[in-house]
Amino acid sequence: MDLRLNQLKPGEKATVTGIETESALRRRLMDIGLVENTVVECVGKSPMGDPVAYLIRGAVIAIRSRDCSGISIRKSG
Amino acid sequence: MADIDIKKRSDEDLVVALAGNPNVGKSTVFNALTGMNQHTGNWAGKTVATAQGSCKGQKRTYHFVDIPGTYSLMAHSAEEEIARNFICFGGSNITVVVCDATCLERNMNLVLQTLEITENVIVCINLIDEAKRKGISIDTDLLSQRLGVPVIAITARKRTSLSALIDALDEFSPSVPYRVRYPEPIERAISIIEPVIPEGKINARWLSLRLLDTDTSLENEIRKFSDKNFLNSPDLILALSRAKVHLDKADLTGDKIDDAIVTSLVNSAHEICKDAVSGGGKYSKTDHSLDKIFTSKLFGYPIMILLLIFIFWLTVTGANYPSQLLSDFLFGIQNKLSDIFISANAPTWLHDALVLGVYRVLAWVVSVMLPPMAIFFPLFTLLEDSGLLPRIAYNLDKPFMLSSACGKQALTMCMGFGCNAVGITGCRIIDSPRERLLAILTNSLVPCNGRFPSLVTVITVFFIGSASGMVASISSAAVLSAIIILGIAATFTATKFLSLTFLKGMPSAFTLEMPPYRRPQILKTLVRSVFDRTLFVLGRAVAVAAPAGLIIWLASNININGLTVLQHIADFLDPLARLMGLDGVILTAFILGLPANEIVIPIMLMAYSSLGTLPEISADIGLILTENGWTKTTALCFILFCLMHWPCSTSLITVKKETGSIKLTVLAALLPTVMGIIACMIVAEIARVTGFC
Repeated sequence: MDLRLNQLKPGEKATVTGIETESALRRRLMDIGLVENTVVECVGKSPMGDPVAYLIRGAVIAIRSRDCSGISIRKSG
Repeated sequence: MADIDIKKRSDEDLVVALAGNPNVGKSTVFNALTGMNQHTGNWAGKTVATAQGSCKGQKRTYHFVDIPGTYSLMAHSAEEEIARNFICFGGSNITVVVCDATCLERNMNLVLQTLEITENVIVCINLIDEAKRKGISIDTDLLSQRLGVPVIAITARKRTSLSALIDALDEFSPSVPYRVRYPEPIERAISIIEPVIPEGKINARWLSLRLLDTDTSLENEIRKFSDKNFLNSPDLILALSRAKVHLDKADLTGDKIDDAIVTSLVNSAHEICKDAVSGGGKYSKTDHSLDKIFTSKLFGYPIMILLLIFIFWLTVTGANYPSQLLSDFLFGIQNKLSDIFISANAPTWLHDALVLGVYRVLAWVVSVMLPPMAIFFPLFTLLEDSGLLPRIAYNLDKPFMLSSACGKQALTMCMGFGCNAVGITGCRIIDSPRERLLAILTNSLVPCNGRFPSLVTVITVFFIGSASGMVASISSAAVLSAIIILGIAATFTATKFLSLTFLKGMPSAFTLEMPPYRRPQILKTLVRSVFDRTLFVLGRAVAVAAPAGLIIWLASNININGLTVLQHIADFLDPLARLMGLDGVILTAFILGLPANEIVIPIMLMAYSSLGTLPEISADIGLILTENGWTKTTALCFILFCLMHWPCSTSLITVKKETGSIKLTVLAALLPTVMGIIACMIVAEIARVTGFC
């Protein structure tokens, strides 16, 4: 099943399988190390539920759910 | 680079560029090395202009240039462009890439990109103590072996550990660094272009890669900096078209080549760090639990509001006593000054203009401003350094998103509490030009430090009244916080309005790094923020207050047709001011206060006083104001207008500098002014209709 990053719940981990977003955003995501096969963990949500904080390559980065709806993932444990 | 002027003392000196990701302590390294107090903050992208300073090593002197923190050198943002241009064309001999030991792999991306441009690189891993605390161990020897350049580990906050960097600089000798391998079609394309690129300072392989990626901003820079424009050479154009055929065959066109390059970089970074970096990689349990509290659905906002009240309470109460002391001291000097003038037989008008005009306004501004600033700035710096500020931006992102703006605007807004001009400059951390403009134009809607004293004075007189001690100070801090929340609400409204009208557009991509919480160094913070923020802002206010004092004194002492100039202006403005629930004097004071908001209250008092001089600070301001017809409505309208009117001249000049547009500067002045006038008129009208005084 094709899951998207914004569907990941706090505490869950996943591997990125593809990034289908417009180019400016894709660059921003790649700059922070979010490429195919990167492991991400959802660590928490902001008080209004959006943005969501993800642990990516050792750093916690907040991303708006709209911006990560184009990132497909595969859940891992 | 044209706009960076390096002051080398001798030819022996080496220029060292300090590069690094945002928030890795690059500025701390810079400060510790050069002893220059450039401010560092705990959020992404604080260094917006390059700073420089020098430091002596055993062999020679090193001249450090602190370039903006970036994740990459592909010039996706203004900072990345500055950083890349400096490394390529800035004439640096060595580039030190400062990395964060706690997320080295991500930082490696920048290291690898820098290595592609120049082999004269030293990798300086900072925050090694924090990494150790998190159970991360780093094998610098293995990294150095893999990268082919020196790798050293330091803790910039401990000055002594920096000697390792100086030693590495002293012993530096160029070598053959690691090369990132790209997918085969890209490698083949590079091998076609590389031979036709002339020998030069810029690495041919890297340049080939950038040309394949059609990096127009780099091409423009090359046209600017190289004498012979090889970009137009037929050989190169031919090679490029041949190379692109290979890429097309492999379906590597447009963005895909960019993706492929970045993916290779990220994967290489992973390979390099494999086994050399072990343990950690986890967001620490403490960070997690702290985030659970500070960003929780239930407590996130209440904690932020309590924090706001606490900061203002500390500022307001803490400032009372030193303010009084300072005022007694400065007004004491005034008597001495008067004695000097009298004994020198100076004319009375000169004495009055200089002592009662210039000096008194100056003394007032210093004693009213200095203490709250000396408390507020360090507190704010502590917030920055602890890592709480990015959490505030995180919590406030949703409303900014709904206003089609960037969440980082929360950070520039917070910077505005200290000084709007600083906040406006800080807007450079926002990548999207439209969102940066939104943040610039709305920055003055949060009150800066120069406006706190006026607000606190009026709040204390009209809304706290007979209460005293703790109760009074906590309630005035609470009222001030409420006003600030109103300012934040005004910011959202104005941002939404602008994005629906003048600055239409969708919010752009937004990523915000939330650094680990750091225990702030209280004493250091105190010293640093007093010296480089407080004194700076105070100096600027004093420079403005002195001439303003003279002008105001003249305006309130030169009589035309039996009325002073000040009264003439006030009378002229009175009808408009009355509609806004104010009076002519108040509006005049705001207009004359354009250079600095701190002098608004002194001007009012001078105009109200029949003597044409400023009363002493201990005078019963409440009495003076009520005698001149102030009611609670006047006070409320004053507060609203203080919150929403034209930004001070320094801020306006900064807007002009940042946007380069007079039109936008005018908009920056008009927007809050119109909002203020409307708000005041509504309140005044409601007061009239309901009969509230």
